Amino acid sequence: MTQELLQYLFSGITNGAIYAVIAVGFSMLYSSTELINFAHGEFVMLGAMGLVTLWAGFGLPLPLAFFLTVFGVACVGFLFERTAIRTVRKPDHIVLIIITVGASIFLRGMGMLIWGKDAHSVPAFSDHPPVDLAGAKLLPQSIWIVLIALFCALMLHLFFRKTLTGKAMEATAINKKAAWLTGIPSEKMILLAFFFSTGMGAVAGIIIAPITMCSYDMGTMLGLKGFCAAMLGGLGSLWGSILGGLLLGIMESFGVGLFSSSLKDAIAFLLLLLILYVRPGGIIMAKDAKRF
Amino acid sequence: MAIKGVSLSVAEGELVSLIGANGSGKSTLLQAVCGLLPGWEGELAFKNDSLKGLHPPAIVQKGISLVPEGRLIFPPLSVLDNLKLGAYTRYRKKQHIEIAQDLEMVMTLFPVLKERTRQAAGTLSGGEQQMLAIGRALMAKPSLLLLDEPSMGLAPLLVDKILKTLVQLRENGITILLVEQNAQAALKIADRGYVLETGRVVLQGNSEDLLADDEVKRAYLGKDYGDFYDGRG
Repeated sequence: MTQELLQYLFSGITNGAIYAVIAVGFSMLYSSTELINFAHGEFVMLGAMGLVTLWAGFGLPLPLAFFLTVFGVACVGFLFERTAIRTVRKPDHIVLIIITVGASIFLRGMGMLIWGKDAHSVPAFSDHPPVDLAGAKLLPQSIWIVLIALFCALMLHLFFRKTLTGKAMEATAINKKAAWLTGIPSEKMILLAFFFSTGMGAVAGIIIAPITMCSYDMGTMLGLKGFCAAMLGGLGSLWGSILGGLLLGIMESFGVGLFSSSLKDAIAFLLLLLILYVRPGGIIMAKDAKRF
Repeated sequence: MAIKGVSLSVAEGELVSLIGANGSGKSTLLQAVCGLLPGWEGELAFKNDSLKGLHPPAIVQKGISLVPEGRLIFPPLSVLDNLKLGAYTRYRKKQHIEIAQDLEMVMTLFPVLKERTRQAAGTLSGGEQQMLAIGRALMAKPSLLLLDEPSMGLAPLLVDKILKTLVQLRENGITILLVEQNAQAALKIADRGYVLETGRVVLQGNSEDLLADDEVKRAYLGKDYGDFYDGRG
């Protein structure tokens, strides 16, 4: 029994780390623009598909394929802001959010045209044998996922704490007008937030690619899970999002293991409803905590 | 537009006060100078350059900084970060040594900020926040400093302190345009003043003249008609 529970925990942490990376993307964009990007899941899909093409397809070395994919997807995010978000004449929140829904449909359609309807797969990042831990098996890809997620979180943390650009981004998130008057080019900061947020989406897509089937429509559910995770942990807070992601992953995995696998997707949304009733700001509320 | 036919000038090294009641258009005027009103039709000239159509960051780079109404500091960030962000455009120009000197200058001007560099700006008192807002604006090394109601919500003692600082800044060569509802205090330290009413300049002149002006006394210095008619029979 213990080894079963441990196995659930491992798989929960693996999924949770992915949700966490997706949630961080949501949170980051929300804290700078107060916008929920419902196309975020599609950027996760683009990340996975980019890796499929560059690594498995063109045979580029993994680190290069990783970097190019993240950079490419972030550029798509950049273009998305420039063409679809910036150009809106009356940027009401509801209009912008509907635009992101439209963009999600558009990107999914483009994904289908480019990569077809078939599912693709890539091998794990390294072919070490699974590690035996108290009878449970820990896949090397899980270790990769957790390490990469932690690394990204740490990098973002340092970026926002230590660099002037990071602080300027935070200042823009806190009060756009004040930042503008201080001389911070707030449009550039928002553009940067889109760039980073979609780049994080791509990272999530890349690390999940080896443990799932990649297809043009994989992003929708992942995006929603990431959104739930961000809400759970506290939209707008970096460590809150990571906590929310891990919590969601672990609860999902235990729900599936102990009760029924048909519960998997329901758990995320039950948790979302619960948190909205009990603590709408999330576990770590952005207002209490520093945003990033 | 809340303002029509207003013409106003500030010479180099001057401290000019702009006074007027709520809704007289004082803040609108400042917003226009800072580039917050893109549809502004009036002329805006600074050191022989037009400011028309420029965004706030570009105007800050030209040497005009605003201490906005309500301070608008960044509460979760530390005092030091708030000040550093004030110099954002200068960091981009790699003026690190000058910035460090100016940081020192602001800390000497407001010693209380030095004691609290690591503290989140939101935990400061109202007066300290106002000092921080002024310090942040100074970090951009402005030649013209605009202040929108710096005395708002502060105890008289603090108002005094802030206004004294402004006099000191003017002596250091910074040109200042002060917008205030607290007319008496603002005129006392100013060289010249303008009185704005419903979007028009109704009075202008040396601040001593304005302070002595009956109309100003009646409308802005809190003295009513009774004071004037006493003894006139």
